[in-house]
Amino acid sequence: MTTQLEATSVTTSVEVEAPVEHAFRVFTEGIGSWWNPDHHILEAELAEMVFEPRVGGHIIDRGTDGTECRWARVLAYDPPHRVCFSWDINLRWQLETDPAKASEIEVAFTPDGPARTRVVLTHRHLDRHGDGWEGMRDAVGSGWDLTRYAEVAGQR
Amino acid sequence: MTNHGAALTALADPTRRAIFERLARSPSAVGELARELPVSRPAVSQHLKVLKSAGLVTDQAVGTRRVYFEQFWQQSLIRFRAAASQPIQEEK
Repeated sequence: MTTQLEATSVTTSVEVEAPVEHAFRVFTEGIGSWWNPDHHILEAELAEMVFEPRVGGHIIDRGTDGTECRWARVLAYDPPHRVCFSWDINLRWQLETDPAKASEIEVAFTPDGPARTRVVLTHRHLDRHGDGWEGMRDAVGSGWDLTRYAEVAGQR
Repeated sequence: MTNHGAALTALADPTRRAIFERLARSPSAVGELARELPVSRPAVSQHLKVLKSAGLVTDQAVGTRRVYFEQFWQQSLIRFRAAASQPIQEEK
């Protein structure tokens, strides 16, 4: 896994031991299986996540109290190679209602043999968040490779 | 910008690793970390300084507090890789 910082975007990549179709499906429909359940902006605890698999759909967090948060709009949906969605979250970690002030995330899935997929995630246009946008860039990515940490941590 | 050595050295300390893993669960201020872990507030601050200079965490002013974050997308993709690499149970 590597990460690069450009002026207004953050790129992170990872190799997964799975065919491209499966990697795409786990990332999208299966988002609730890997998303950190502590990372949400609901008042209540996160009960489930829904990824609506179409352009114009949303990524929806549902709380245990029945409330919903639609924090992303699906901007591109090209299974199994590419998905793009908005980041409708402002610098105070609240829902951003102005699409012009949202950044966006593109995820590309490239087969590396029949059972291996390279996944490259780019979080771009971070400057759209306005004054202080660098804080969002710093929060979502830095230049460090944590692959070895993940391996070490996985060996417990 | 890579410095695996600094990152691994920083995480070799069990207290720093505990702080790092705690931040992976949710962003926190120094006081919250000091309350939850058997470490004094000044010691937490010192550990955060080391983690920050190793590039493992970042901080942000939220109101009057300074909140520390584990890096978001790396952490997320590590979790994604684990989920995607599990044996495939069913094909739709």
